[in-house]
Amino acid sequence: MDQSEANENAFERFSRDNSFDPSAWSERMNFGGHSGFIGMRYHQHGDNWIELGFDWRDDLVGDPETGVLASGPIISLLDNATSMSVWTRTGQFRPQVTLDLRIDYTRAAAPRKPIVARAECYQLRRSMAFVRGIAHDGDPADPVAHAAGIFMLVEGQEWAK
Amino acid sequence: MMKSTELPPYAQAMGMEFAGTDNGSPLIAMDFAERAMGRPGFLHGGAIGGLLEMAGFTALEAELERQGADVRIKPINISVEYLRGGLPERIYARGEVVRAGRRVANVRIDAWQSDRERPVASCWMNFQLSPKKT
Repeated sequence: MDQSEANENAFERFSRDNSFDPSAWSERMNFGGHSGFIGMRYHQHGDNWIELGFDWRDDLVGDPETGVLASGPIISLLDNATSMSVWTRTGQFRPQVTLDLRIDYTRAAAPRKPIVARAECYQLRRSMAFVRGIAHDGDPADPVAHAAGIFMLVEGQEWAK
Repeated sequence: MMKSTELPPYAQAMGMEFAGTDNGSPLIAMDFAERAMGRPGFLHGGAIGGLLEMAGFTALEAELERQGADVRIKPINISVEYLRGGLPERIYARGEVVRAGRRVANVRIDAWQSDRERPVASCWMNFQLSPKKT
């Protein structure tokens, strides 16, 4: 069984589950794929929020002169964290896709520091979930980025192949 | 900032590359690989976002080079619309500099796959321009 087949089976299992366990999900889903490449890890979660992070790595750098991370991995982390915050709030995994995601880069991330994203689902509709979050490099009160986005709920069959 | 002929480590690690120029802007392409996959069978939204940003950066650098402006550029923000699921195949992105002023530049970027008329994602980015520290 290759990695993507293994993921599919895991998605099916998560879809049937009556509860969403962000830690188990992360362990399973961050093993491969893009999240695995970035090295994302689960930190903690609450009723409608979740915290994920990844470590600084030289192949994730955007500016070799300064060692500042590229913003791509930060988009990926905020995409995952905001996405998972929806399931954390509903207590169940439901297939959804990103409709839009806006990120404000409030300052450059400090080189070599791990990045942490904290995201919440602040409003839930039948077919849409509204999310926001921050990414920081040590001090949640001084974020490197703010994110706001919307996820659309979709049918399972069109969600994954 | 990197030269417009060379992509930064993150972009290289993701397999992004220059694929020629189109109307004065560089085309950035990325072949599909496991490291870019999100939900099974589709590109990760963050990988698409990273590609869009790279196309935005390089389009702006090319424009600034044409203007002979030697400045530092920093992204202020990005807003991505995801239009279609990204398929497990090669993806392209190209930025269009709408305006490059003295302090701020505004760039629009599109990403597509086999059919350019059916974009996968579209975004705008704003950049801050500042004199290079010497």
